[in-house]
Amino acid sequence: MLFLKLLFRNAFRHRLRTGLTILGIAIAILAFGMLRTMVGAWYAGVEASSAGRLVTRNAISLIFPLPISYKDKIRQVSGVKIVSYGNWFGGLYIDEKNFFANFAVEPKSYLQLYPEFILSSEEEASFLRDRKGFIAGQKLVDKYGWKMGTIVTLKGTIFPGNWDFVLRGIYHGKDKTVDEMQFMFHWDYLNETMKKTVPRRADQVGFYMIGVTHPDLAADVAVSIDSLFKNSLAETLTETEKAFALTFISMTEAIVTAIRVVSIVVIFIILAVLANTMVMTTRERIGEYAVLKTLGFGGWHIAVMIFGESLVITTIGCVLGIAGTFPAAKVFGESLVLYFPIFYVESKTLILDIIAATAVGLIAAIIPTHRAIMIRIADGLRRIG
Amino acid sequence: MEDNKPVVEISNVNKSYRRDHYVLQVLNDITFNIIEGQFLALMGPSGSGKTTLLNLIAGIDKADSGTIQIAGVDISSLSETELAVWRATHVGFIFQFYNLIPVLTAVENVELPLHLTGLSRRERLEHAEMALNVVNLADRKDHYPGQLSGGEQQRVAIARAVVTDPTILVADEPTGDLDRVSAEDVLNLMEYLNERFGKTIIMVTHDPRAAKRAKVIRHLEKGFLSNAVSQTSL
Amino acid sequence: MAIPFSYNLRNLWTRRLTTFLTAGGMALVVFVFAAILMLAEGLQKTLVETGSSDNVVVIRKGSSAEVQSGIEREKASIVETQPEIDIGMDGQKLIAKELVVLISLNKRETGKPSNVVMRGIGANSLSLRPQVKLVEGRLPRFGSSEIIVGKSIYRSFQNTGINDAIYSGLRNWRVVGIFDAGATGFSSEIWGDADQCMQAFRRPVYSSVIFKLRNSRDFDIVRTRIEGDPRLSLEARRETKYYRDQSEMMAKFLRIFGWSLTIIFSLGAIIGAMITMYAAVATRTGEIGTLRALGFRRSSIMMAFLMESLILGFTGGCMGLFLASFMQLITISTMNFQTFSELAFTFTLTFDIIYKALLFSIIMGFIGGVLPAIRASRMYIVDALRTV
Repeated sequence: MLFLKLLFRNAFRHRLRTGLTILGIAIAILAFGMLRTMVGAWYAGVEASSAGRLVTRNAISLIFPLPISYKDKIRQVSGVKIVSYGNWFGGLYIDEKNFFANFAVEPKSYLQLYPEFILSSEEEASFLRDRKGFIAGQKLVDKYGWKMGTIVTLKGTIFPGNWDFVLRGIYHGKDKTVDEMQFMFHWDYLNETMKKTVPRRADQVGFYMIGVTHPDLAADVAVSIDSLFKNSLAETLTETEKAFALTFISMTEAIVTAIRVVSIVVIFIILAVLANTMVMTTRERIGEYAVLKTLGFGGWHIAVMIFGESLVITTIGCVLGIAGTFPAAKVFGESLVLYFPIFYVESKTLILDIIAATAVGLIAAIIPTHRAIMIRIADGLRRIG
Repeated sequence: MEDNKPVVEISNVNKSYRRDHYVLQVLNDITFNIIEGQFLALMGPSGSGKTTLLNLIAGIDKADSGTIQIAGVDISSLSETELAVWRATHVGFIFQFYNLIPVLTAVENVELPLHLTGLSRRERLEHAEMALNVVNLADRKDHYPGQLSGGEQQRVAIARAVVTDPTILVADEPTGDLDRVSAEDVLNLMEYLNERFGKTIIMVTHDPRAAKRAKVIRHLEKGFLSNAVSQTSL
Repeated sequence: MAIPFSYNLRNLWTRRLTTFLTAGGMALVVFVFAAILMLAEGLQKTLVETGSSDNVVVIRKGSSAEVQSGIEREKASIVETQPEIDIGMDGQKLIAKELVVLISLNKRETGKPSNVVMRGIGANSLSLRPQVKLVEGRLPRFGSSEIIVGKSIYRSFQNTGINDAIYSGLRNWRVVGIFDAGATGFSSEIWGDADQCMQAFRRPVYSSVIFKLRNSRDFDIVRTRIEGDPRLSLEARRETKYYRDQSEMMAKFLRIFGWSLTIIFSLGAIIGAMITMYAAVATRTGEIGTLRALGFRRSSIMMAFLMESLILGFTGGCMGLFLASFMQLITISTMNFQTFSELAFTFTLTFDIIYKALLFSIIMGFIGGVLPAIRASRMYIVDALRTV
């Protein structure tokens, strides 16, 4: 215990310097944590996906539709439990700045497929009854202050015109990984309107969402479905929800890689700052280390002292940085909720924080320790006066 | 020399320091004059206030009350900035630990005070080299302080002190950190400056050998100036 | 009367390791700052240069990109009747009706799929885009399933070499040529016959109509007429603006990301500079006293220490920019958030970014050094001299 006390006292001999170093480390750990959380948010869709769900889309690309007639054929494939469908609507709320996911879906089957969207049975019934109704996640509703019965108008981009909807249900996520920023309305509303305005676009879905009886059957079911429609006018590509989510990420992989690289850079910055502090501190105390050597303390003791001091500083900085990460993530998450609907700090991030801080603490002490051990006693003593 | 006018006139000067809760009176009602061209030694036991008095004369500290006139200028009424300007041309410092700038060469150290004048670069170098000649270190002008011995460093410091041709030279224990031989060299130099160039020198010292070189010795004890004025014979 | 500059430089050199570490920290910050700005710049440059200001792009009202838009044949014909459209050398109006779809292709490096723009072009499409040059092979024959691919596509995607075929929409599209459109968005596209595309992908409508103005100033007249026509529900933009708008979301994201990251990082670097400068002041307290005693003013002392900090910042800035300039060798291939399609662009270093980065590094040096410099200048001479 005396030893620890000694380390602390030594570290804080120079309060301003140590204080600044700790602050620098805390900020860097916070930045590192935030960047990792951002990468995590990027992958949020993947985390939320289930192995028991499949996505069927047009084989050419996502922008091409599939006929509604496929529904019955898909349902007959063995291993298929639930078939739902929908279209990405891409509507804008007021203007382009407000961008959230909005879909037209077959409501009953869709909600069955997504048990993690928790909706009270009255709200579900109310939604099912009103064709112009919509349900939205709690976070989305909170952002815009909507209440039950509020009429919300979306400007269609893919399906032109102004579309009115009535809020009939607010869903909560089962846990943190569920996206509470989504907006779902009746596919029938979209379809009936299309029949009247642009008939050739009616009776078409953007994707089919399929629930399988057992996750192990997923791969086989996917193949069966695709073979059903091979060589037809709208060939399909069926994959698990997870694979589907991953393709989106791989398309923006470059950016995710860039963020990862940047978070490594931040570690190097604090390494530079801490190493600098340790170098200066050791230089000032060279005389003392020489004196210790005359007293009989060996290089090993001195090394432990310097490494220990370095680790004390990093540990305090790391703790402060971690403490700050949670409120920062909350603020960040709220202001960027349109870009990152799911934003929370994983425990893995915290572990990496600690590893990074420890590594930095050890590396920063290497050169100073080397200098302190190698100094000849006579040279060191001369430097005191 | 006795008829010369005073270059330093100190009247009723008091100085105290605040230490935690009690006030320490360092100088009490000091009044005396220093004649131009005089080589004066200020002596006294540790804590007598002699260094403080020296600092006040040199303009690097301010008295609580009283006046100090140097060559007719009342420095006790000058502001910090005005004092800085005044010091540059009127005071030459010689410190116990030489106080040379370690990253500048000998000639650059001597040249340093000249940056405060309006001289051109060529003129500055000329003056600096001349000063180094006086102290016999012209051949070491491009050496850094770390490459010079203690005695040599002090001589460079003296060159720096005289390069601006100041009104007074102020020395605080100039031989305090030197061995006997180097101390002799330095004291010889100071005597030379005083006799040959008529420089007024005010020196604080413990060292009786150094004091012997001065022409006048005044004593301070517990902040009071003793009336005894010793004159050493030439 | 200033303390000589060599004093500052030599002091920094004497404690080289510390100087290097402090400047190094700042260099990393400047590197990140410059790299992200270069990325946003490269993105916008690619997209802006994709267009020409004499060209007008007409899409359906409310759509933000060609891929979301649909223009019926009748409406396209009405657009064709605008008198302001320029006439080409063959006497034909310089107007093209194009279809834009996204098809999924696999990348060479990773094998993973990505959405690529396939543009069904008209006879005049190439004349409307003089920046597009064929570099290998030949142009596709209209009426066939032949296609040409942009250089970035050839580089990044499988099966896109000459005589390779891409299977999509129940057809084999044979690659007969590779074109280079410089650092513009077109280099990330595949071009084929619009009518063939409409048939294969069963899209009976065009995505956009593009034409060249005989007189660039006529734009507002044409736009008002097209947008005001109740039969049409179309909107018109200059091609340059159209493409700039497409990069808006991503560029904004990159810029916000870049600035917020930099500000946080810079705090770390500034703290590093502060620590270094406080230590410098503490070590040189005796010197400061000496300089003051010699007659140097407080402001000179402050300037000297501030100058050292600024030099640290500037050095860090130069190092960071030097590192960042190497990023220009890297090409980023990613999906544009707004159009959902593949886009390749590079890091672009501009004079604006250089000066911003250097200014930023000097500001970091200033903020880091100002407090220690003030402390140095406010010391009592007598106290400072005591610590020699």
